[in-house]
Amino acid sequence: MAYDKFTVLTSTAVPLPIENVDTDQIIPARFLKATERKSFGDNLFRDWRYNADDSPKQDFVLNNPIYTGKILVAGKNFGSGSSREHAAWALYDYGFRCVVSSFFADIFKGNSLNIGLLPVTVSPEFLDKIFTAIEADPNTQIEVSLPEQTITILATGELEPFVINGYKKHNMLNGFDDIDYLQAMKAEIQQFVETSVY
Amino acid sequence: MSNSLSTLFDKVWDAHVVRKIEDGPDVLFIDRHFIHEVTSPVAFLGMESRGVKVLFPERTFATADHNTPTINQHLPVKDALSANQLDALERNTAKYGISHWGLGNPKNGIVHVVGPENGITQPGMTIVCGDSHTSTHGAFGAIAFGIGTSEVEMVLSSQCIMQPKPKKMRISVNGMLSKAVTPKDVILYIIAKISASGATGYFVEYAGDVFENMSMEGRMTVCNMSIEMGARGGMIAPDETTFNYINGREKAPKGEAWDKALAYWQTLKTDEGATFDKEYTFSAADIEPMITYGTNPGMGLGISQHIPKAFDLEGGVSSYEKALSYMGFHEEDAMIGKPVDYVFIGSCTNGRIEDFRAFASIVKGRKKADNVTAWIVPGSHIVEQQIKEEGILDILTEAGFELRQPGCSACLAMNDDKVPKGKYAVSTSNRNFEGRQGPGARTLLASPLMAAAAAVTGVVTDPRELI
Ligand code: SF4
Repeated sequence: MAYDKFTVLTSTAVPLPIENVDTDQIIPARFLKATERKSFGDNLFRDWRYNADDSPKQDFVLNNPIYTGKILVAGKNFGSGSSREHAAWALYDYGFRCVVSSFFADIFKGNSLNIGLLPVTVSPEFLDKIFTAIEADPNTQIEVSLPEQTITILATGELEPFVINGYKKHNMLNGFDDIDYLQAMKAEIQQFVETSVY
Repeated sequence: MSNSLSTLFDKVWDAHVVRKIEDGPDVLFIDRHFIHEVTSPVAFLGMESRGVKVLFPERTFATADHNTPTINQHLPVKDALSANQLDALERNTAKYGISHWGLGNPKNGIVHVVGPENGITQPGMTIVCGDSHTSTHGAFGAIAFGIGTSEVEMVLSSQCIMQPKPKKMRISVNGMLSKAVTPKDVILYIIAKISASGATGYFVEYAGDVFENMSMEGRMTVCNMSIEMGARGGMIAPDETTFNYINGREKAPKGEAWDKALAYWQTLKTDEGATFDKEYTFSAADIEPMITYGTNPGMGLGISQHIPKAFDLEGGVSSYEKALSYMGFHEEDAMIGKPVDYVFIGSCTNGRIEDFRAFASIVKGRKKADNVTAWIVPGSHIVEQQIKEEGILDILTEAGFELRQPGCSACLAMNDDKVPKGKYAVSTSNRNFEGRQGPGARTLLASPLMAAAAAVTGVVTDPRELI
């Protein structure tokens, strides 16, 4: 599935200062029954966001109109748990393009990169700075530059570099995915199979 | 690294690298691919929209498990969305010529139970599935891990995925396990020590006499939960126990092919002196029967202990308090005597024959507690059959329990087996996340022995007292 190219994103951010946010919270299992990738954003953080009768929970950040933007800033170990790509889809389909945390679970990180949602790992200190800045002013603009591999709190100019491998960076800048890459190397794969044990 | 010593993980990984991308991931060939109804439909749609085909259909195996009812499987599936996913799997596998063990098929069951059971899982393979507990298959000395739907599409269309090579960790547990300490307790203990994110970025090898002396079922339980400490997967070097388990199973190599395979499998171990990026060593004697009290699998403790105080733990006090409040527990509470409303034995963690034998060993001659609803769900039809043949069903029935039909069931509660809001479940599955077993459900992860003890007493009970 094609996704939007990612270059420089400047946006306000939504703070979620909770640790170990697992994929069951991001998208509960009962919403995985679809056979198409549709409307996952509606059920993002479903059980934190809505009461059992579908009324919004006022104290959850996505229901607080003062916080908006395309960047989600979350506590340590974000995306732990299941391999469901639906978690990344839900975030993307809701409108997020970037998630910032001091630590990501592996599978979630891989899934996100595959669908065009940029996971940015920052130091715990910088994460705190972002939370503090947003708390002081919900309109704080954050700039995420993929070409430069930096994240900046624009009001103060504080910035931190982040790491992404060259291959994935190239993909995200161009909106390519791994499937395109693998399709182009079929002959090599066919050849490999000849020598494989199984 | 300059030395030529390699770990088990290196040997298997390096044998599968089709291409190395500079400053990028490795292109890794995948020997076996399992699919199920939940994470595959969108992958098939993706292939259609790109106009590509399944490259090697004989390397993919499908089973229906996540979303299936555990009673009346002979009737049409009532939930329209679930039925729709099951149909999609049926259609897609038929269209591309992929083997499919759907509902009602005698080989049907949970993907990580049926793969090994039918000899599909073998040492030295790379195995993936769109389910994070694919790590289970590492028990055979395979590199096995969970993948997302985009990757399912990659494997279907190219039999490869792209992965950076993870770092290596070895976890050794030595000595003799004490009474009533099962493989589930060993892994819950390790996760409690290392934390729910402590192995992120690593692939784990389990070593030491505890694992050497463990059955294949036990090894699968351990490897299954590797993901719960963040690891991509976990593996155990294959040995006689492994070879004996595989020998004779339907898809196992036969005759000359067996001899050849065996000779190769015997080379699959970590060279003496090979180095790991991280090592942990634990002593078997320190492990007691374990139970979790919080909302991630790292929040576990020995049954005789009390819930720790927030300030005894590093970081995240507010997350800790949130977890306890969700569970309705308090700092310093004892676990023994906590109320139990539901007991679930099953899942790809503890849904194999040994688990039901353990469960039966405690319920034998006792009665199910009146306040407990119990879901006893075999991991596959083959396990169900064994339960009947070994007389375990009689023991269960006499004690007032009913046996259900195979599937993931209350492990992720996508079907009707949901624990109601606020209720407590002692569960042999692998995740105690908020809402995992139903919105508002409170999960205590434990071994089949602990589950049995809770099922007959109606409260959290030290299983050692009933043995
Ligand atoms: S039993 Fe649970 S963990 Fe295992 S495959 Fe099913 S849903 Fe996944």
